[in-house]
Amino acid sequence: MSLLENLGNGLIEALIALLMLGVNLLPESFSAAFEYRFMQRALLTAVLVGAICGLLSSFVVLKRWSLLGDAISHAVLPGVAIAYLLGWPFFVGAFITGALTSLGIGAIERHTRIKPDAAMGLMFTAAFALGIVIISKIASSTHLMHILFGNVLGVQTSALLLTLLAGLVAVLAVWLAYRPLLLYTFDPQQAQALGFNIGLIHYGLILLLTLTIVASLETVGIILVVAMLVTPGATAHLLTDRFKPMLAISVLVGIVSAVAGLLLSFHLDVASGGAIVLVATALFCLALLVAPKHGLVVRIWQRHSLLHEQR
Amino acid sequence: MTDTLAIEAQQLSAAYHRKPVLNNISLTLPAGQWTAIVGPNGAGKSSLLKVVTGTLRPLHGELRIFGASAGQQRRAGKIAYMPQHEQMEWDFPVSVQETVMTGRYGLMRHDAWWQRLLPQRWANPMHRHAVEEALDAVDMREHATRPIGELSGGQKKRVMLARALAQQAEILLLDEPLAGVDPPSERLILAMLERERRAGRSIVMVTHDLPSARCHADQVVLINHTLVGIGPPGEMLSDAMLAQLAVGGSPSGGLHVAA
Repeated sequence: MSLLENLGNGLIEALIALLMLGVNLLPESFSAAFEYRFMQRALLTAVLVGAICGLLSSFVVLKRWSLLGDAISHAVLPGVAIAYLLGWPFFVGAFITGALTSLGIGAIERHTRIKPDAAMGLMFTAAFALGIVIISKIASSTHLMHILFGNVLGVQTSALLLTLLAGLVAVLAVWLAYRPLLLYTFDPQQAQALGFNIGLIHYGLILLLTLTIVASLETVGIILVVAMLVTPGATAHLLTDRFKPMLAISVLVGIVSAVAGLLLSFHLDVASGGAIVLVATALFCLALLVAPKHGLVVRIWQRHSLLHEQR
Repeated sequence: MTDTLAIEAQQLSAAYHRKPVLNNISLTLPAGQWTAIVGPNGAGKSSLLKVVTGTLRPLHGELRIFGASAGQQRRAGKIAYMPQHEQMEWDFPVSVQETVMTGRYGLMRHDAWWQRLLPQRWANPMHRHAVEEALDAVDMREHATRPIGELSGGQKKRVMLARALAQQAEILLLDEPLAGVDPPSERLILAMLERERRAGRSIVMVTHDLPSARCHADQVVLINHTLVGIGPPGEMLSDAMLAQLAVGGSPSGGLHVAA
């Protein structure tokens, strides 16, 4: 165990050193904040979380899973509480309740006349309520606040390692299963006609989503993680009509908002999760205005010149 | 080839959200033939195709394709499918070329493992050639790099056809390939399907276009939840059979007789 710990610490140190090489190239006013140890760790976490959430958010947006992402992120709470109670790693509990909830949503949808959005609303609020009840019994309210809203400035080594692992798994999964994932997102019926196991792809993607959510708990928290799973992908969708560039742009938007949000939170002394999400939203608004093909400015200009021609 | 059976359905029944759509359908489609499936809106024509693609699981009955289970043949890449226009996500950020390439995704399972990890540019060139050929067949080569959302209705149809062609499958399942298409595109599509049939492929198309079905199909299947009739177009598309089709099965929608 201590060997693993040393290995993990070494890895974190190496990655932080790598990041600091980049940070030191920036102007003094930016890099000054990262002289603190906790800020360096927070920076690494923010970059990782921004990248993983960005990667997954392209799939979430194109698959119309925004509400499902919200549902899973809330459903993770009782799992975290139970894992805390039993001394398990957070991820195990979170994944179990996250997966159970998504199975429950599917079952209600298929076997009753309840519509999908109602099924989701029903299941995730129930799971969330259960989590609140358990946590109010076993832990302090600061602890609950950290899970709900994140606390990237006080991130633990174990959480940082989990985030690193989640990032590795997500990148590997998207790389190795790129075509099945793309096809399932684009046209699931074609995936079936070609004999792909779409149940496996579906639950694989849900597992990846749950993993991402759990990895982001400490940074942006349960309530706001869905923003990081929607906003970068939505921003990228406005900026490009190709899938791979969309993945790249949404990863970039995720990282930029996480880092900029972290800096804002440090300088203005505001909650890190909220700051990160607000930066992402600002980037979305910017894209909405000035995107080359789907932006408002271009579209108004096009309509204007069309009217001009007709006259 | 012609004496084998491409599709063999025995007492198939299926339901959508607990609403029955197909009731006890038994039919055999010989290989190498062009079959038109005709019936009123909501009569279960598309559902029949969806049972073959595996999207709709039948409640009862058996489906065999070239004598083997449907799942096995899907994995072997024998079944190409072209959905109805409304089923596709045209906003999706992919180019024409990438869309057609998804027709090859099943066949890529036979590539070496390292080829599957590479971007398309460096992967097995066989797939690229098949895609280019398919794009040529529908006269869409010049639009290869455009996003699919920018295309006109007829061009979108041709892209979906190209995807089915690129798969080089034995069976082409086409859901209304002629709906909403201008006359030049229609001629192009029909000529292309004639070529595919001559090459020995089996074509199964759902259509409301009775003149085209009369002209090109080897056999016509009439469906209105139950099987109303199966036989050569001359017999099946007679006024008497069409009248029976309109009342047969459960009442729903009228038959569109296209001019």
